[in-house]
Parts: sequence; C-alpha cells; structure tokens
Amino acid sequence: MSASILTVDDSASLRMAIRIALTGAGYAVTEASDGAEGLAKATATRFDLIVTDLNMPNMDGLSMIRALRQQPAQAGVPIIFLTTESDDAMKAQAKAAGATGWLVKPFQPEQLIRVAQKVLAR
Amino acid sequence: MNGEDPAAAFRVEAGELLEQVEQGLLDLGHRLDDMGLVNAVFRGLHTLKGSGAMFGFDALAAFTHHCESAFDRVRKGDVRATPELVDVILSAGDHMRALVDGDAPAAEGQAILARLAAAVDAAAGGGASTPTVSTKRGWTLSFRLPPDAMANGTNPLALLDELRELGEATIVARVDDVPSLGECNPAHCLIGWDCTLIGDISKDAIEDVFLFVMDDMDITITPLTVEDAAPVAEAIVEEVIPTAEPVAANDAATRTARTQGENVRVPAERLDELMDRVGELVIAQSRLSQLAAHGHDLSLRSVSEEIERLTGEMRDTMMILRMVPVSTLFGRFRRLIHDLAIETGKAIELVTDGETTEVDKTVIERLFDPLVHIIRNSCDHGLETAEARLAAGKPASGVIRLSAHQAGGEVLITITDDGRGIDRERVRAKAEANGLIQPGQAMSDDELLGLIFHPGFSTAAQVTNLSGRGVGMDVVKRTIESLRGSIDVKSVDGRGSIITLRIPLTLAIIEGLLVRVGEGRYVIPLAAVEECLELSLEDDLRSRGRSLITLRDTLVPFVRLREMFATGTRPDPFQKIVVVATGRERVGLVVDQIVGNHQTVIKSLSAFHRGAASFSGATILGDGSVALILDVAQLVAMAQPQEEMLRAAG
Repeated sequence: MSASILTVDDSASLRMAIRIALTGAGYAVTEASDGAEGLAKATATRFDLIVTDLNMPNMDGLSMIRALRQQPAQAGVPIIFLTTESDDAMKAQAKAAGATGWLVKPFQPEQLIRVAQKVLAR
Repeated sequence: MNGEDPAAAFRVEAGELLEQVEQGLLDLGHRLDDMGLVNAVFRGLHTLKGSGAMFGFDALAAFTHHCESAFDRVRKGDVRATPELVDVILSAGDHMRALVDGDAPAAEGQAILARLAAAVDAAAGGGASTPTVSTKRGWTLSFRLPPDAMANGTNPLALLDELRELGEATIVARVDDVPSLGECNPAHCLIGWDCTLIGDISKDAIEDVFLFVMDDMDITITPLTVEDAAPVAEAIVEEVIPTAEPVAANDAATRTARTQGENVRVPAERLDELMDRVGELVIAQSRLSQLAAHGHDLSLRSVSEEIERLTGEMRDTMMILRMVPVSTLFGRFRRLIHDLAIETGKAIELVTDGETTEVDKTVIERLFDPLVHIIRNSCDHGLETAEARLAAGKPASGVIRLSAHQAGGEVLITITDDGRGIDRERVRAKAEANGLIQPGQAMSDDELLGLIFHPGFSTAAQVTNLSGRGVGMDVVKRTIESLRGSIDVKSVDGRGSIITLRIPLTLAIIEGLLVRVGEGRYVIPLAAVEECLELSLEDDLRSRGRSLITLRDTLVPFVRLREMFATGTRPDPFQKIVVVATGRERVGLVVDQIVGNHQTVIKSLSAFHRGAASFSGATILGDGSVALILDVAQLVAMAQPQEEMLRAAG
C-alpha cells in the first residue's frame, strides 16, 4: 500500500501543488486547510508523513506539531514543515516542537518528493 | 477555482498577497523605520516570487525578484526605506497584478525596474562568494543523533541508507551508551555510528543527508586524506534574518492572515445560484403556506409552518453567507488616498472605523465607484492645501474619515473631511447660472446643498484632473439610489463636510409590507415603513387639495396611490396610510388595504419597464401573481414638491 501523506496549508494553490506532486509520485494525499483541521485529521488516522505550513490561521503549524507530538500514537511520524524563507529562529522552534525536517518555499515538485522519500522509511 | 488548476488558485492568492504587500507598503510609507513592516513586505514579495515560479508565472517571478532583492537589502540595513522606494514598489505591485493577469506591457516593467534601480542606487554590498566544495577520496564520519530524533520522525536507518547511496560505506554502530534492557527507552536513539565513506563525494552531499538533524546532533566529518584541508563547515542553511521581530503583530500580512479565519472559498456565482434557489424556495413556500391556510388539513398546515420557519432560517443564513466586512472596501481606498496626496500635493490622512460592519457582497462591489468619486471630490474640493490649513489654524494634514455602522436593516457609511466645507454662495451662483434654480429663490440649507447632486453640477471653477472625470455627484446619487439607498450631505463652513450613505444590507430579499391598491398588490420595503394608521374620514375630506395629515404635531404629506396609479375600482370604505421615511423625509402612502408582511424576493424589472420611476422591482406572490415593489425614495421625492408649494403658499 502506498504511503499516506497529510498536507496542511491554508493556501489552496500550494495544497493543490503538493497533492498533485505527491499523488504523481504514488502517495495517497489528504488535505487540511489549517492546524486545527490537520490535528483533527491526523488524530483520526495515523499518516506516514505530515507536510505542514507554519503560518496558518486558526491553529498555526507549531501548535499543531506540539499537539501531535503529545500523542503517543504520533511518535515517529515524520513531520515536514514549509517555510517561506530560511528563518533559523522559526526552524529551531519547529524542530523543538518536534518537527522532523523542513522544505524551503519555493520548491520544485521533485524537491518535495525527494524530501518525502528522505524521511519515509523504505 | 475549478478543480485541479493550481495556477488559477494562485491567481486568487497572488491578488491577496499583493493586497497585503500594498497595505504593508502604505504603512511603511508612514513608518519608514519599522523593520516589522519591511519584513512583512519582503515576505510577501518572497512568497509571490516563489509561488509564481512554482506555478509557471516566470515573468512575474523574474520581475518580483528585483523588487524582492531591493527589499532584501532594506531588510539587511544595506539600503534605507525611502518614500521613493515605497512608491516604486507600489507601482511595481500594479505591474505584478498585470503580470498575474498576463497582460502586462513589457516596457512598463522595464521602466519600473529602471526607477527601482535609481531608487535603490545604494552602496553595493557585494555578494558573498559561496564556498567552493572540494571533492575527496573519501571521508570518515562519526555521529550520534539527538535522543528524541526517532520520536520526532527521523528514521536512522533511512539516513544510513542514504549514506550508502553516496559511496562505498562501512558503518559500525557504537552501543556503549545503550543501557541494560530494563532501563532502555525504545523511543530514544542512543546508538552512535562511525562510518567510512569511499568515493568522489562532496561534503555538501554528506551534510545534505543530515540536513534536518545537523543542528542538534554530534557529528564530525573529516576527509580521509589529511593533507587536503577541508573547507570549514558552513551552516548548510541559508542566511539568517538580522532583525526578525519575534512578534510581528503589526505586520499587515499577519493581520490579514488572522482576520481571514477558517474559510472556505466559494466562487461568487455559486453563491448567487444558491441565492436564486433559496429565492425560488421562498416563493414556493409562500404558495404552500397559502394552500395550507385555505385548506382544512391540519397536518398539512403544521408541515407548512415548519417549512416556513426553516425557509426563513435558511434565507437568513444565506444572507449571512453573502456578507463581507466593509474592510474589504475601505482597504482599497488607502491606495487612492496615497495617489491623491501625490497628485494634489496635499497631505491627506485616511482614518477608517467600523470596518467589521458586514454588507452584502454585491452592495460592496457597487459602492466602490461612488465612494471613489466622493473621496476624490472631498480631497480635491474639500481639503485645503497645507499652507491654507495652517493659516486657518488647522493641522497641516487633512483627514478623510470613512466609517461604517449598521442601523436596523441599513448600513450607514459616512465620508467626512475636515476641509473648508461646501461654499454655499458658489453652489447657489452656479445653480443659478445653470438655470437649476431661480435667482434669489428661497431654499432651505439642505436643499441648497442637495443641488450638488443635480446632473451636470460642478463647483470647481476649474475642472481638475481629479474631479473632472466626466461623472458628477448626480451619478453617485443615482448609483446609491439604484441600491435602494439614499445620500445626504452636511457641511460646516471652514470645518468640513459629511456625506452619509444609507444602504440596505442586502439587495436580494427584503421584508416587505404587502398592500392592496384597487386590485393591484404592491410591496413596500418594511425597513422604510414607520407606521400604519387609518385615514380618518375628516382627514380624508379635509385634505382634498391639500394632502397633509397631522401626525403627532408634525405635518406629513401623503400621496394617494389610487390616484397615482389611476385605479378605476371603488375605493375601500376605510383607507389606510402607510407612513414611510427616507432619511428625514416622511410621506404617507394611502392604500386600500394592508395585507401583511411578505418575505419579498426581489426580481428586477425588465429593461422595458425600468423607466417606471415609482417601482424598484417586482416580486412573485404565493399565488403566482406579480406584485410591484414601491420605490420609497422616489415616492418621497415626488411628494416633496407638493409640500413645497404648500409651504410657499402659507
């Protein structure tokens, strides 16, 4: 079975781009438009990978990552966050919150797929 | 957005991003040192460039890149933010909009970039050269992951696999720190690894493997051949933001992101479609109610009442869905004020309040042009130059205040300026010259000011670029009235003017009062109805010729709709008066019968009937017949001349 990936982003275009890229690479993609929805979906189903934006309304990416890492079931689930720029402070915060890695926007679909392959256990 | 086109979705988002950038720039224009704003603008441009490149908007990405670079230098303190720079980037924003839409003239872009270069024209920092990476015969690595790496989603085996893909790898695990089984936490990563990598491998490639954990882990990477000095390990990650403020609460970008809340984006046409369906449902429901009311089936009646309630709620929800905050409208004027300030050479400040007031989307869209015109007028005619203001003891900078608040079924939008006020003598002179009024004709102050809404009226002796755009305030008034609203102006000499727009919250469905005149049925918008009373026989007789009733010590003129509509049937024995009001004017409408409340779905009149001044639309009644909706503003206006004649007579 193909790995399942949850993408959390408030930008519809970006979600769409991520879904198209990852679906094309053979993954099953679920979308959420903010942290709260992402948390709800990830709590309901365990995903193999979560790709999330940080700056989102309602519940930001950091809070969502922290909340997810509180759940024992989420231990070991790779979480990749997207940053619009290389903000080291943000990166450190996200890492401290329990994120696995990051992807700097803008990215090409291949970069996204490469990162997904990097963190997904083979 | 249709289905699977990220580019289309990006176009929408790009519009919003540009809006945020523009707001940020306008704020920055006032607070040039605010690094939070500089960063917000930079982020906006950066996202726009990045996403543009991702979705195939290459020209946009390339163009935005220049603006982003300029702002990057501002961000790094290399270049100062200047009003010129802000202005160029504002124009650049307009060009980017055109690029998003795909109809940007290339020459315009070139011109802007030239201006940008001139504006930046700064001491060149000179880009730091990227360290060259030498290749080696091989490397030895020794590393240990942070203990929580596994819990946080890093898979050590995947890392080792990646190392093996780089070259011929010999990996040995160090298990000296692994405690006895009883004390062992399986989620912790306590194993270290030593690895020899043989091959023509760049150090970057190795660091890339550990990209995500590099900062938190212990790792040493040494070349196999000691003679070749390895370049100092540089941070793999890109540059650091020097002045990133931890809480950028003032950033236009963050602000907008927050106010957007949890949203679902729906194309406006779909909402309109839904609105139409709800409208049809309301009509069908009122037919059902009528059937049920006339029949004797109790269960049918209870179902019908249930449906009536649900339809009402559905209509209300539908209305709310169509509501958008006026901030979407007001925000667009900041740019206008900025441009006007430059064009007129006056210092102008825009103050807004009540932006959270919500109004039907269609109303908002149709308010834009009239407001642009009013604001232009206020800036051009109302506000004085800085010198004149100082001479008059006012602050140098003029203030245009836009405010909105809801009152009943209406929203009140006021546009206030603190300028010189409307020159009544000039208004009168102009109106006399244009033959609008008789020389020396007695007029109330309101009437005099109201003359500015007459077609073809313009007080500026010299038509300037701003006001002379071919439309006068009469067009503004007509637009507002077509929205079933009213416009009102007040002015104090030397202190400024206030223009008040009263607009119904929605255009699609209204609560109406159904009345009968002869055999015809008509709807009066309930929001305009003040009270209903019976026309007493004596008033009826006494008022032949002078149509006035006394209502709590005030004389109120009334209009006999039977006469106006030339109704041939016998009048009902007891005529009723519906007192309606627009603004301060009140008028009684005499009808045969008041039928009751009617939830009115407004259908516009055909082009052929549009000339009928007393009607603003039509609706379909429960029995399928048509009722015309009375245009209260028009009726009130028609009744006024009669009152004038009376006043003049005695």
